[in-house]
Amino acid sequence: MAVMRVNPTRMELTRLKKRLVTARRGHKLLKDKRDEMMRRFIELIRKNKDLREEVEEELTKALKSFVLARAAMQGEIIEEAILMPSRTMTLELSKRNIMSVDVPVIKFSDDNAENITAFPYSFASTSGELDGSISTLTELMPKILELAEIEKTCNMLADEIEKTRRRVNALEYVMIPQLEETIKYITMKLAENERGNITRLMKMKELLADKN
Amino acid sequence: MHKIGVIGDKDSVLGFKAIGLYVYPVTTAEQAESTLKKLAKDDFAVILITEQMAMQIPDTIDRYKTTPFPAVIPIPNNSGSTGFGIKNVKANVEKAIGSDIIFNDK
Repeated sequence: MAVMRVNPTRMELTRLKKRLVTARRGHKLLKDKRDEMMRRFIELIRKNKDLREEVEEELTKALKSFVLARAAMQGEIIEEAILMPSRTMTLELSKRNIMSVDVPVIKFSDDNAENITAFPYSFASTSGELDGSISTLTELMPKILELAEIEKTCNMLADEIEKTRRRVNALEYVMIPQLEETIKYITMKLAENERGNITRLMKMKELLADKN
Repeated sequence: MHKIGVIGDKDSVLGFKAIGLYVYPVTTAEQAESTLKKLAKDDFAVILITEQMAMQIPDTIDRYKTTPFPAVIPIPNNSGSTGFGIKNVKANVEKAIGSDIIFNDK
């Protein structure tokens, strides 16, 4: 590891020692942060995987039945039936803090009154398959939202973990060894100067003694 | 008040309109991209996009990955899942942990 280009002085030595202490403390903190985030991440990603598989399967089924329903009815009728939805789904957002990463929390707004029917059409001109697929889609929505929340959280955590890991590694393998090396270099240089000084003094003393 | 948007081919997304989501049928990748950008600027918190469309515009989707909102979520269309969504989950694992420890049972 390369020694930093510094003046081998006592002041510099004190400064570097302080930096080393800070670097070590930062390294420990970041390492703890990384480990805890990793633990949370693994929990979440397992859930994410299961949920995604579940949603994908059920959603494919629902959409397939919707296609069947479309096939059984005339295009204009189906378009007319669902053109004006009886309710709109809106969301309420808040944030949650996981190890200083702000992750979203997604909820349905309260004004999605449950008493409004999910079906925006009269049943006279539409087929039963359409009702079925629409009610499965409605039931699936909370799951889709949960998936959205978890997947977003995982994305953000993964990013943050990567950043933290880089920082930890930079401190562990670059910063700290470099500081240690430089401190050693300065200490040795100072000791060498000291020895040189003593030798010179002894020589001078000898010379003066000879003269007298 | 935040909204949910759906982007994808018409056959797949029309069903979502009935349950009150905002639906944007698109046919080409360019359309999907510009719609996604437009929705992201608007107050859409969750944007569902069919995997078939998402696969064609991965760069645009990656851009929204690390911001809290919007959450861009790939969903399967009516012909089934292509594995794009699961692949993203997998990529996350690899990014965070370094090696894949969740999916290696397959």
